[in-house]
Amino acid sequence: MTILQFFLWSLLKVAVVTVVMLLGVAYTVLLERKLVGRIQNRWGPSRVGPFGLLQPLVDGAKSFLKEDIIPSGVYRPLYLLAPILALGCTLISIAVVPFGEPGAGPGRFDLFEISDLNIGLLVILGVTSIGVYGIALAGWSSNNKYSLLGALRSSAQLVSYELALGLSLVGVVLRAGSLNLRVIVEQQATHGIATWNIFGGGQFVAFFIYLMAAYAETNRSPFDLPEAESELTGGYHTEYSSMKFAMFFMAEYGNMITVGCVATLLFLGGWTSPMGDLIGPFENGFVNAGLSLFWFVSKVFCFLCLYVWVRGTLPRFRYDQLMNFGWRWLMPLAILNIVATSLWLACRS
Amino acid sequence: MHLILFAVFAGLCLAGAINLLLQSHPINSALSLIVVMTSLAVLYLLLGAEFLAIAQVIVYAGAIMVLFTFVVMLLNAGREDRTLGSRAASRVGFPAVAVILALIATVILHTQGLGTARLSDGLSNTAGAANLEVLGSVLFTKLLLPFEVTSVLILIAILGAVALARHGDGNGERTDDE
Repeated sequence: MTILQFFLWSLLKVAVVTVVMLLGVAYTVLLERKLVGRIQNRWGPSRVGPFGLLQPLVDGAKSFLKEDIIPSGVYRPLYLLAPILALGCTLISIAVVPFGEPGAGPGRFDLFEISDLNIGLLVILGVTSIGVYGIALAGWSSNNKYSLLGALRSSAQLVSYELALGLSLVGVVLRAGSLNLRVIVEQQATHGIATWNIFGGGQFVAFFIYLMAAYAETNRSPFDLPEAESELTGGYHTEYSSMKFAMFFMAEYGNMITVGCVATLLFLGGWTSPMGDLIGPFENGFVNAGLSLFWFVSKVFCFLCLYVWVRGTLPRFRYDQLMNFGWRWLMPLAILNIVATSLWLACRS
Repeated sequence: MHLILFAVFAGLCLAGAINLLLQSHPINSALSLIVVMTSLAVLYLLLGAEFLAIAQVIVYAGAIMVLFTFVVMLLNAGREDRTLGSRAASRVGFPAVAVILALIATVILHTQGLGTARLSDGLSNTAGAANLEVLGSVLFTKLLLPFEVTSVLILIAILGAVALARHGDGNGERTDDE
């Protein structure tokens, strides 16, 4: 494969992944509105298109057409930079996620991953940690007390829970002996669901910690204090309107999808079938590739449903409860999990 | 390719550093520092030290600078008053800085080594895949003592910060009302 071919394929992959990701974001919003509607005993959006399926497109058009108001007291450069930073980081972090079986494309070209890195997992963590600035700068530059409070809450929350999140992943990394997401998945692939890290790998405590920390990282209920409507009128994006607000919105749901992808890759066996080798591999390479994509997407879908279910069920935490929970429970638990996993691995070898 | 990338990101790094000094608003300076750190991370990446690069992003750009911006926001620090500096500073200072930097650069270039234990001993001729493992094994065998001593040093720094921040009688109750 020549440099030019590689470049063109990569460009194509980036374009496709970005479009799919943005569509995914739009339909995650619809999924949430539908599911929360059912949980609250109502229908959710149902007027636009069959079953309300065109609602996301109409919402997008509405955001584009709305008047874009920039309040007079804002610090303009950072006010404009913040939504770009938030959405940009979300879209970058998807670049290292492998969606399907490697080597399914022409000439064993990786069709389902934009770039395969040895430190893929760390790249996701790093990009996410840069994404904090989007929220922090939005709150600060808006020159609004509610926004600032939301941004401060958010930065403190993200920094606190990033520790627990990072530590919860160490157990998985220890088992796989690599930070490459592909290697981590392949290590779980031997016997289907029995060798997934969450079951056979014995990493269910880590999965629980990851789940909690991920809710906090994405500012989702029950940890949605940075944008608590009842106290902060919307938090860090109070002063944003039109497409800039939509960008924050998209960043939040994009982060949900990324977190779902990471959970799938690290704990739920990635693109591999839960039944091991019972279904496939088939003769036809395209069927295999499609099947792996199907498993990946359905796992992420289940994870997103779990997200929405939790949002529809649990009330919001108080701020001191949030901090206590993060530092006093999740952190020590994550460290214990690392120690236990290391001991287990040492005894086995 | 490497050379172009190096030129771009070294330039970005320098521009960020100069911008950091010139900006009068603390938050702009903090953001310039983030630019410096992330472009340094790219330079590490170009040298093949991928783990170091991403650690730089996570630890410095991601965690430490968030605290910086956090404090700037919390204090709501305004613009600095800018003094033009004394004449002596501008006449002696800039040449002195140039001389010192040149001296350091020549010393490094000439001796090519700064201590007895060097990371490059263990890290030379490693492919990208082994980078992390080699780094880990060097840290936990050859450089174990400095590594552990550094962690103790950080612990002491944390204790010191807590002791300074409490400024009470040590029973958890503040003695002074503010």
